[in-house]
Amino acid sequence: MKAAVLVFPGINRERDMARTLEIVSGQKPSMVWHAEHELPAGTDLVVVPGGFSYGDYLRCGAIAARAPVMDAVRSFAAKGGLVLGVCNGFQILCEAGLLPGVLVRNQNLKFICRDVFLRVEKADTPFTRGYNAGQVIRVPVAHGEGNYTADADTIARLEGEGRVLFRYASPDGRVDKDWNHNGAINAIAGIVNDRGNVLGMMPHPENHVESVIGATDGRGLFAGLTDHLGKAA
Amino acid sequence: MKARVTVTLKTGILDPQGKAIEGALKALGVAGVASVRQGKVFDIELEGGDPKQAETLLKQAADKLLANTVIENYRVEVLG
Repeated sequence: MKAAVLVFPGINRERDMARTLEIVSGQKPSMVWHAEHELPAGTDLVVVPGGFSYGDYLRCGAIAARAPVMDAVRSFAAKGGLVLGVCNGFQILCEAGLLPGVLVRNQNLKFICRDVFLRVEKADTPFTRGYNAGQVIRVPVAHGEGNYTADADTIARLEGEGRVLFRYASPDGRVDKDWNHNGAINAIAGIVNDRGNVLGMMPHPENHVESVIGATDGRGLFAGLTDHLGKAA
Repeated sequence: MKARVTVTLKTGILDPQGKAIEGALKALGVAGVASVRQGKVFDIELEGGDPKQAETLLKQAADKLLANTVIENYRVEVLG
């Protein structure tokens, strides 16, 4: 795996992400500054980490989405390259037009920082092959604006094409409003683009990969990616 | 030349800030407030003097950055 982690001013989860990529894949990712016009040669995974790029000015992710490096990410994705956006990274990918819809203020108006349960909807993707369909994983969230929304046609298309990979759920995999912490439409926590090579998700799987932390449920995502890219190479 | 771009949330999009302000106005005893929606105003100074060109430029600015048209509408005004 030759991962590239994008770094924008105000991002603060890039080191968690880099550490996880290295722990799980055994390879250190390159850190790519937002002003770059190209990704390092041979990059096979681009990760847009979480944080507060540009202090969430204007709209979450809006300014980062227009950074020079995002043109390189756009052409990388257009060629089928894998892109993972977590938290602010998900917001940035939506603002960049790489994913449909938008993340708005949490329904309860509060910043939510806690562990949540996610139901893995599909396992036949490069991002979720480390899990089983229907499996429930525990990972943390930390966001004020994670309430996914889009117009009715977009939601129907996402659901119809099976592009929702993660949903907020109860520990036993039940999806209902009590477990949908931020009020996202259909409890959507993570979606892919129409080609299935760009994933955006609000929760932080990168923070649950070491047993010393108390949970390793996020490991499957990175192990699956490593496996997928190892076979592709 | 001075110009203004006003960005507002589309109908039906949750606006918790507007709701909070609405609640505060009611708590302050400001009578007759039915609802509040919060938006953004961008006052922009333009270099050129052609109002037609200015409008094109402002629309470009709004589409490219100032508004997210998934959830927001915008209005541009050339103030002269």
